[in-house]
Amino acid sequence: MTAVALGNGAVWPGIAWALRRDLRLALRSKSELGVQLLFYAIVVTLFPLGVGTEPALLRALAPGILWVAALLASLLSLPRLFAADFADGTLEQIALSPHPLPALISGKIAAHWLTSGAPLTLVSPLLALQFGLSGTELGFLALGLLLGTPTLSLLGAVGAALTLGLRAGGALLALLILPLYVPILIFGAGAVEAVHSGLGAGAELSLLSAALLAAIVGAPFAAAAAVRIALD
Amino acid sequence: MLEAQDLAARRGDAELFAGLDFALEPGSALFVRGPNGSGKTTLLRILAGIAQAEAGEVRWCGRPVRPFDPQLRANVLFIGHAPALKDELTTEENLASLASLHEAGVNGDAVLEALGVWALTRQRALPARVLSQGQRRRTSLARLQLASRPLWLLDEPATALDDTGAATLGGALAAHLGGGGIAVIATHQDLPLTAGVSRSLRLE
Repeated sequence: MTAVALGNGAVWPGIAWALRRDLRLALRSKSELGVQLLFYAIVVTLFPLGVGTEPALLRALAPGILWVAALLASLLSLPRLFAADFADGTLEQIALSPHPLPALISGKIAAHWLTSGAPLTLVSPLLALQFGLSGTELGFLALGLLLGTPTLSLLGAVGAALTLGLRAGGALLALLILPLYVPILIFGAGAVEAVHSGLGAGAELSLLSAALLAAIVGAPFAAAAAVRIALD
Repeated sequence: MLEAQDLAARRGDAELFAGLDFALEPGSALFVRGPNGSGKTTLLRILAGIAQAEAGEVRWCGRPVRPFDPQLRANVLFIGHAPALKDELTTEENLASLASLHEAGVNGDAVLEALGVWALTRQRALPARVLSQGQRRRTSLARLQLASRPLWLLDEPATALDDTGAATLGGALAAHLGGGGIAVIATHQDLPLTAGVSRSLRLE
């Protein structure tokens, strides 16, 4: 039997394999998806109950509240990105596959976004209605989340990989990742604010897009390196 | 050909083994034995390129390999003691998913055939969550049928297997060695081998 030559490790099959498998697994455990979405809805709804019904105040707080809730909801779902695969030995098999590891991890991150960031983005305009945002503002909120939540999944994947196998990994993950989320929060919430004050949100949206592109290029490689360290 | 030269490993402060040398020609199997905690799993993980050796080197086809070497990854099939099964997926889906991770173009018929060989046809539509330990192990081992990798690294493959399961494993191993494959197997049990050269390595 001759040794198999290199070259069967193409990028797209790796992404497709991980994406398909993680989406299938997510659809088999729908309750987890529901929990995250419900958490987001409840956190957002608690604020009007807590701070009172002053319309101007609620409107001013709305972008920040929705974005902070989105960060927390994203954080809630991050541990499931690698921890289960790490525990049952699948991550080992993934790392030993001939597909490039960053490609497989990109597929996992895409599946994570489709099952966490994307649903949040979809329900956000609906939840934001209770804060009295205008139609344009709702649109820019959703657009900001559409550009920002994939970056949250990408950065979060690096954190999740770095905290693999650690005790109190979940808490550590929050400490590690939330500071990295700060720029996304500032520009995301800032975009809605800018639209409200009539400045236009071009700058904020461009910065969110730039952050997304940088994360797409860098995060899968950083996460792959962290996963290999965790397996050693 | 798989060679290890002057291999050493530690776990924390304790030295597991040092100065380990062996060379395996195509068609030969190495049975690694030793008490619990003697470093059998660590040795397999080093050979698979998952863990880093403390000292020494591993060579595949004469070329030294680093951890997660792409050349090695394309040639090795590692089955650890974690079965890598997903409770939510059925036996058939688990096997198909794992096999397609390592090998392009695994088709449904081949997966069904492998399930048949490992006596899992009746369990094919059951979620892995309800399988017994032995059936989980069989599902994990059924990948041997689907991958054409020259190097097999098996960590305690016969654990929880019944006699027919062990015989199936022995048969798969004999076919692998007969076809010029190499296998390194950490085990406590003796596996019936009908082909190939069998060697033994004892870790203390």
